[in-house]
Amino acid sequence: MHDFAIVWSERSLLLSGLANTVVLTVLASIGAFALGAMLCPLLMRQERAVAWAAHAFVDGFRCTPFLLFAYLVYYGLPTVGISFDSWGAGLFALVLYHTAYVAEILRGAWAAQPKAPVEAGHAFGFRGFGLWRRIVMPPLLLAAGPVLGNQVIQIVKDSAFLTVIALPELTHAANSIQSRHYVPFAALLTALLLYWALCLVVEAGVAAVGRMAEARR
Amino acid sequence: MSTAYRLNVAGVSKRFGSLQVLDNINLQVAPSETVCLLGPSGSGKSTLLRCINWLERPDSGRVLIDGQTIGVTGGVVMNDRALAAMRTRIGMVFQHFALWPHLTVLQNVMEAPLHVLRRPDQEVRAEAEALLRRVGLFDKRDAFPARLSGGQKQRVGIARALAMKPSLMLFDEPTSALDPELVGEVLAVMRDLAQEGMTMVIVTHEMAFARDVASRVVFMDRGSVVETGTPEAFFTSPSTERARQFLLRYGSASSF
Repeated sequence: MHDFAIVWSERSLLLSGLANTVVLTVLASIGAFALGAMLCPLLMRQERAVAWAAHAFVDGFRCTPFLLFAYLVYYGLPTVGISFDSWGAGLFALVLYHTAYVAEILRGAWAAQPKAPVEAGHAFGFRGFGLWRRIVMPPLLLAAGPVLGNQVIQIVKDSAFLTVIALPELTHAANSIQSRHYVPFAALLTALLLYWALCLVVEAGVAAVGRMAEARR
Repeated sequence: MSTAYRLNVAGVSKRFGSLQVLDNINLQVAPSETVCLLGPSGSGKSTLLRCINWLERPDSGRVLIDGQTIGVTGGVVMNDRALAAMRTRIGMVFQHFALWPHLTVLQNVMEAPLHVLRRPDQEVRAEAEALLRRVGLFDKRDAFPARLSGGQKQRVGIARALAMKPSLMLFDEPTSALDPELVGEVLAVMRDLAQEGMTMVIVTHEMAFARDVASRVVFMDRGSVVETGTPEAFFTSPSTERARQFLLRYGSASSF
């Protein structure tokens, strides 16, 4: 297993790739969640034009391959005068793409929630952002927790595509090591195990949310 | 004159599509009165209750709380903030409890005083604990609503409303969703409140309770107030045929 020794000797490169993947995932998850939570109410608006535009956005991204979208942002947008560095492009692509999914997940969870507690919120003087944050969102997050957790795992995996725009994340690091030392099996398998470990962490978080939801059911 | 009333419903009408749910309703409630709204299903009782705190917006007419019109100011619909501020003075108890499922019993009671009225935590906690003792649920303070019986949930609902120190309490069929053996514990709490002088408007089908506790009974049918009077007068000698018919059907409880 000489090959794994080579990978071990390059561990700092691999770990910085892992760190970048974690940073990308955390930032993209926060961004996609914040924007998705804002987009969700638009999907349910009475005004036809607003709801139609929001649905078009969601459906559009659902039918777009992420890799193609990342290419479009990094190579396509500069030709119309909008250019990013690889981090900017990668984050922009991840956030926008997953916003569409988060909005749709929250819309589905919302539709399944009883309306009476929200009405009680109105009756007790909650309104606006306070109503949304204290009364509407918490049960929604508990209900949607497992599905949102899956979405975070999807973000982890989609971040690997960003190797094509030279973003130094985990796949990029593993690929550099394998091409530098020609140890593809060891380098790529190690990266795969690290992705797996990352997903286990996300799943532990999801399980914790699940236990909170169970106590309230 | 109108300022003497805790609640003044003046000429309120409401339609849902082609259905006239409320037709020019007038109702005045003085402080410390307990008014029971009676009537067959679909007579508009719950809609009237929901118009009082503007969960439903009346098509016409006005609702005044302590002389102040709710929902409208200077001839236009009031902004969210002003409407929310007026709603804090009106406690509401819901048929299906409508507790906040993500919060414990104690947190349910503390939530609005803390985050709407923005009162200090220690004070709110002490009052909430006292209220839970009073409705007999102090032991359940750390339980989530899903772990409670219907009667317990509704007593939390009442404590939650009282925690706002409202000047008026609205009860929307508070015992209709309860198993018969759990109705008594909720009515007992409401009876106490009435005796302490809380101003209450109660939509109910509990005839014995209405007869016993109400200072006044308002009988509604098809969106109108048909008859209003003391419980003795209403239950022993109703003056309208519709009220007589209603009591024949629902009034078995009035025999004791």
